[in-house]
Amino acid sequence: MILVSAYCAVLLSFASGLLALLMNQQHILLTLSQYAVKKCFNDAGHRQDWLNKYLEERHYPAFLRLAVFILLGLSGVFAVLAGLAVLITQSVITDQIALGLPWLPWHVRFDCLSGFFYLIIGIGVCAVSLYGPGYVHSNKEKDHPFAVLGLFTGLFVSGMLLVLLADDAFFFMIAWELMSVASYFLVAFQHEKSANRRAAFLYLLMAEVGALSIILGFGVLASFSDGFTFDALRASSLSTTWASIAFVLALLGFGMKAGIVPVHVWLPEAHPVAPSHISALMSGVMLKVALYGLIRFCFDLLGDVHWQWGVVLLILGTLSALGGILYAMMQTNLKRLLAYSSVENIGIIFMVLGLSMIFMANGHPQLAALGFLAALFHAFNHALFKNLLFLGAGIIHHQTHELNIDMLGGLIKRMPKTSLLFLVGCMSISSLPLFNGFVSEWLAFQTALQVDVLDNGVLRSLIPVSAAALALTAALAAACFVKVFGLIFLGQARSRNSGKAHEVHDKGMLAGPALLAGLCFFIGIFPGVIIHLINNVSSQLLGATLPDDSTLGWLWLAPVSAHQASYSAPLVLIGALIAAGICYGYLRRNPLTVMRRAETWDCGFGGLTPRMQYSSSAFTMPLRRIFASVWIIDEQIYKDTQGAMNQDVAAVHYQLHIEDHSWPRLYRPIACGVNSLSKQVGRIQTGNIRTYLGYSFATLLLLLWVIS
Amino acid sequence: MNWLIAILQTLLFVALAPLLAGWLKWCKCYLQNRKAPSLFQPYRDLLKLTHKQPVVAEQASWLFVTAPYIIFSATILAASVIPLIAVDLPTSASADVIVMVGFFAFARFFLALAGLDIGTAFGGMGSSREMTISSLAEPAMLMAVFTLTMTASTTNLSGAIAHVLNSGLVLRPSFVFALFALILVAVAETGRVPVDNPSTHLELTMIHEAMILEYSGRHLALIEWASQLKLMIYGVLIANIFFPWGIAETFTAQALGYGLLAIMGKLGLLAIFLSIAETLVAKMRLFRVQEYLGFAYLLGLLGMLSHIILEASR
Repeated sequence: MILVSAYCAVLLSFASGLLALLMNQQHILLTLSQYAVKKCFNDAGHRQDWLNKYLEERHYPAFLRLAVFILLGLSGVFAVLAGLAVLITQSVITDQIALGLPWLPWHVRFDCLSGFFYLIIGIGVCAVSLYGPGYVHSNKEKDHPFAVLGLFTGLFVSGMLLVLLADDAFFFMIAWELMSVASYFLVAFQHEKSANRRAAFLYLLMAEVGALSIILGFGVLASFSDGFTFDALRASSLSTTWASIAFVLALLGFGMKAGIVPVHVWLPEAHPVAPSHISALMSGVMLKVALYGLIRFCFDLLGDVHWQWGVVLLILGTLSALGGILYAMMQTNLKRLLAYSSVENIGIIFMVLGLSMIFMANGHPQLAALGFLAALFHAFNHALFKNLLFLGAGIIHHQTHELNIDMLGGLIKRMPKTSLLFLVGCMSISSLPLFNGFVSEWLAFQTALQVDVLDNGVLRSLIPVSAAALALTAALAAACFVKVFGLIFLGQARSRNSGKAHEVHDKGMLAGPALLAGLCFFIGIFPGVIIHLINNVSSQLLGATLPDDSTLGWLWLAPVSAHQASYSAPLVLIGALIAAGICYGYLRRNPLTVMRRAETWDCGFGGLTPRMQYSSSAFTMPLRRIFASVWIIDEQIYKDTQGAMNQDVAAVHYQLHIEDHSWPRLYRPIACGVNSLSKQVGRIQTGNIRTYLGYSFATLLLLLWVIS
Repeated sequence: MNWLIAILQTLLFVALAPLLAGWLKWCKCYLQNRKAPSLFQPYRDLLKLTHKQPVVAEQASWLFVTAPYIIFSATILAASVIPLIAVDLPTSASADVIVMVGFFAFARFFLALAGLDIGTAFGGMGSSREMTISSLAEPAMLMAVFTLTMTASTTNLSGAIAHVLNSGLVLRPSFVFALFALILVAVAETGRVPVDNPSTHLELTMIHEAMILEYSGRHLALIEWASQLKLMIYGVLIANIFFPWGIAETFTAQALGYGLLAIMGKLGLLAIFLSIAETLVAKMRLFRVQEYLGFAYLLGLLGMLSHIILEASR
């Protein structure tokens, strides 16, 4: 039953993709339906009308779009149901599908870990399919055909779901490639701009390099076992060296997809150019699938983890978290900023996963379960709020045609509902108490503070330092999202487009983000719901649960022991409501002191203009100066002078260009190397038939010599 | 009973905060050869503000008007988890020290947004500077706090203070470092000299004041009260974590009375030190603050490392 709904989720998303193909087949459908109706019914009158109404020129595209997204949404619902069912029953379901290679049918396995990620995907897909119909409505069919978008969205979602079901390396890689390639077409959807094509190519290139690395990782495992099924891979016993090689390959492959520094460069390029609901899926959900791959590979297939791997993950995670948020801070394109912030969050997840590995390898499985819990919980939370923020960015773009946050402003009055939803997203991602982001960060700190149980002195001093880096990351994230919300929604409009914006009319476009925002708040108040589910995952995968799961009530969150640390969000919420309620009621009792509106104080000069407000680069200037060496900053100020002796400044031009260090340091050398290597190889291609005959002759001689 | 005491203690916390501000001002005036206002002047100011009609800029949205209530209640929540006169508070269990830092972040988030809401250059400037300084101060603060929590192996503030109290007078090098780190952070976070000067409105130096420039009436009262409360919170943290003696361990009237006297004495002394420091030190340039906070972070890190190397039980 559970497996059936899991299959249903895959099939429905696949079907939604296929249905989208009918976008341009309207006339064929029309004739077919007329034919069918004539054949089957004698009095075809009103049935014909009913069908024609949907197949009519005007209604057909909207109707089909709706149908495609309904199918997608159903797939999401089935995914949520299947995920919840397997998590609650804690079962492991295996199956085989007679597809694929003749001697290797597709092995399917649906366990708690897959179920948890199924849940993440399901929620993301549900929100996106509520949002989608309104968002794609304004796309011009000629430039951006819906058939392409719908087909690849469906394939992309089914690819992601299949990755989670895979129980052999072949099936896994097929599903993985389906996911990667389908998402390539989605990134390249708006292909009329060359920058978008370039971003899409970069994405494809990195996805394929990553996939190669994963294949090699599986290859290392497979060479020590008799088969490609995960069961055989699990049974293999590797020496430490080979296991570490497999780990590094998997880390490179899955890390490339997840976007850890320094292999993160595709994220800030690809996310901004994809349609917003697709970037929501890619950032909120696909990165989690990569995380799933890494967890499956390390904790399940490789079996016994080494603490050195944990240290690698911890350091990479810390670098990604800090680097991601510092780069995010400097962006002016909202979606680019969100993409960098995904790098940060993935970094946090890797950090905590590293801690979990360290505790696991040092023989503290319960603390490992705590770290695992924090990592998966943060993955879940990130899926919620990053999805929400990307959908919000989509609404902003849809209404103002603007993604540059220096061109927005004052939207809180013109788009009150969107602003509230976006505020919830910003608060969650800044890990403020009462919201879900805080709970996972709190758990991460609690994990890091358990360092006293370790024997290794280096680890014991390394982990607190990374905890402090986590604190810095959280504080910078708060600063970054104050900037985002403050510049987009508050103040005065900085451009005409944002001055004329109005709230979206489509209810679905608000319902999708509202679902996510509601979950962000609900999970923030009652984190126990998800923690119970993750505890089931870790009991199945790690064989250990939280140290003290008896205290896991709906009211209290005490992961280690009630004596050591506890947090009760419902009580905090009640306290906050009481405190705010009392002072609100008390202070506003006097009718004489009712609020009065007046002009903003302008220092007596008059004429406050929107250009006097702080801009994005002004807001981040102190941090840019403090952490100057993190970026490559190209800041230029030109002055147009006029008048006698060029003394008067007529205008000042300011240019700021900020670049990632990884391009000149890592990627350009590689690109140059590949280029020059291919030039060297190109030398043997002289274009002369005699030379080629010579090559054939030499090869023939060589082969004959080898054979004899 | 425990809950009642916790609530009463929170109310006491809120009630005493303006008094501390008045005492601080009194000490400073005395040191600078000025005539001091009454100790109760902050109360009168707050009362006066609540009776005035608040004037709100036309640009302001609902966020600007709601922010003071949010800031005030978040600060009260932070105060409620800190043992003031007695340990073993039930509120400390509902929110530990990391959550307390989270409450500060919550208040700051809305204060910075309120600064940006009006759309003037001052508000943006204040928000930008406040977020910069606090994002550097927060890791230093957590470093210092982690030293405490790792020593006591609990993040529950009541538990940690009780642990320090029960282990008697032990000189821990880690605590010395953590104390200095926390003092530096407290000065930065509460906007005192040398990081920010609460008594000027000079545009080049303003941080906190720049954000709240547009507030008036009861909104200003709430924000002022919240910042007085914040000052007191940091004072109590320093006093009760590093010098917890005198705090009540049982809920008898006598013990609670002694606890109240003890904390008032400790805070009074701290305020004297703070006012001496404020009189002697000049305000820093804004771009020296990162060195100052970097130093605080380094002290916190040293405290943590000396705990791990010297004191941990293996």
